[in-house]
Amino acid sequence: MTSVLYDVPGPKAQRRNLILAVVTVVVVLAIVAFLVWRLSLTNQFSAAKWNVFTYTLVWESIGRMLLNTVRAFALAAVLSLALGFLLAIGRLSDHAWVRVPAAVLTEAFRAVPVLVMMMILYYGMPTLGVKVDPYWAVVIALMIYNGSVLAEALRAGVESLPRGQKEAGFAIGLRKSGVMMLILLPQAIRAMLPVIVAQLVVAMKDTALGFIITYQELLYYAKLLSSQPGRPILQSALVIGGIYIVLCLILSGIAKWLEIRTRRSPKLKGYTPDAGDGDPRIHDGSTVTEVIAMQRAGGRFDQGNAPTV
Amino acid sequence: MDVIFGNLDLWGEGVTYTLLVFFFGGIIALVLGIIVGAMRVSPVPIARAVGTLYVNLVRNTPLTLVFFFFVFGYSALALPTLSNTILGIMAIGVYTATYVAETLRAGINTVPVGQAEAARAIGLPFGQVMTQVVLPQAFRSVVPPMMSVFIALLKNTTVAAGFSIAVLPQLQSTISNSHDRPGSPMSVLLWVAVIFVALVMLLTWLQRTLENRWRIVR
Repeated sequence: MTSVLYDVPGPKAQRRNLILAVVTVVVVLAIVAFLVWRLSLTNQFSAAKWNVFTYTLVWESIGRMLLNTVRAFALAAVLSLALGFLLAIGRLSDHAWVRVPAAVLTEAFRAVPVLVMMMILYYGMPTLGVKVDPYWAVVIALMIYNGSVLAEALRAGVESLPRGQKEAGFAIGLRKSGVMMLILLPQAIRAMLPVIVAQLVVAMKDTALGFIITYQELLYYAKLLSSQPGRPILQSALVIGGIYIVLCLILSGIAKWLEIRTRRSPKLKGYTPDAGDGDPRIHDGSTVTEVIAMQRAGGRFDQGNAPTV
Repeated sequence: MDVIFGNLDLWGEGVTYTLLVFFFGGIIALVLGIIVGAMRVSPVPIARAVGTLYVNLVRNTPLTLVFFFFVFGYSALALPTLSNTILGIMAIGVYTATYVAETLRAGINTVPVGQAEAARAIGLPFGQVMTQVVLPQAFRSVVPPMMSVFIALLKNTTVAAGFSIAVLPQLQSTISNSHDRPGSPMSVLLWVAVIFVALVMLLTWLQRTLENRWRIVR
């Protein structure tokens, strides 16, 4: 067991670790016990509170709401990938009249909170005489935000490739589009795949914001259920929360699997995360995304950790 | 412009509440995040397991749902009543703490093992290994991603608007529900967006400055 922080523990350290372990267990048990005490005091475990979930009709509705959540997520994911490619390629363009607007749009889209974007679409657009369905407000807002974040990730992926890749592409007679499509993007996508999937997890979580603009998805239904007889607020939040956690864990699991797979892939030869030369951490103009991308690809982050939520 | 000057009191309140949620949520996130981050890298397996469980559970829950638990769920526990604002601050703090913890852990992991081994080899005790060698390096590589976490926190304060906390986006419903306030929903929301873009640009500038000042040259 080698870590930066500690050696293999000796007898004294083992005793100290044991004490810390006991303290941790006691603190966690105290918190759990307190919650259970409050929950039983307020009769949250009584059958009446959970009664709602014995009806097939309720579960059918939950299924429909789940479908609404997944429907919004799926379309938003596809559209944001498309927008991400568009903005990334635009920002890498040689022409200033393409590059500058793409850069401005990416930065602006990234800075506006998703919820504000959804509200602009749902509450704001009717002012201009355009009525936007909540579904489309959710999808478009998620597309705009996640698309611009993905664009940054893809751009960082392309820019972290060794210069020789591009030059070799031109040397064998490819045009600009050929170099981009055949040489740079495939490698960038492979390197950034974990970041891309991690961002899709974020998109999945953000579909829950639709609840605030009355999109009928899982959380909206949880609110609806909590006004049923017995007021099962915590119960419906727990059930719906469980569904969200399972959905996100599935996506996170895919991200982790992809990361392990890409790290072992022999096709990633052109992309060497630990080589000092191409390391953006030691160059002046490098962005945070690049550094994070490097660290992630180097396997130092074990999970979707793009701080873009 | 009428939207701004006709509702100056509301805009002041909105900005105040947004910054209030941002600062206090940030403090909770930092304190809790440092504790959880320390647990995640500690030599005690049970503490690591608890930290991992907390991080994985909360990070895979939508923030809106965390708010839901705190704001609506809290009242079901029959504890002393707290205002929505305080509950919202707790919700956003608990949520962001997981990101703070992960950033700290990643920062410590970027320090090469050889650094600590070399420090031990020259006979430094644990305290000095930490304060003289590992933490200064970890701190420098943590600052930029930590700022990104706080930018995300700032943008996440908008979620509080869905739970009747008077942060900026809440202005839209306040203004459209009153009859004598000037401004259409669109103009209000666009100004809200402008304020957020300005605040995010400010934080990004701070991030760049700190990043350049504290970059590690290896």
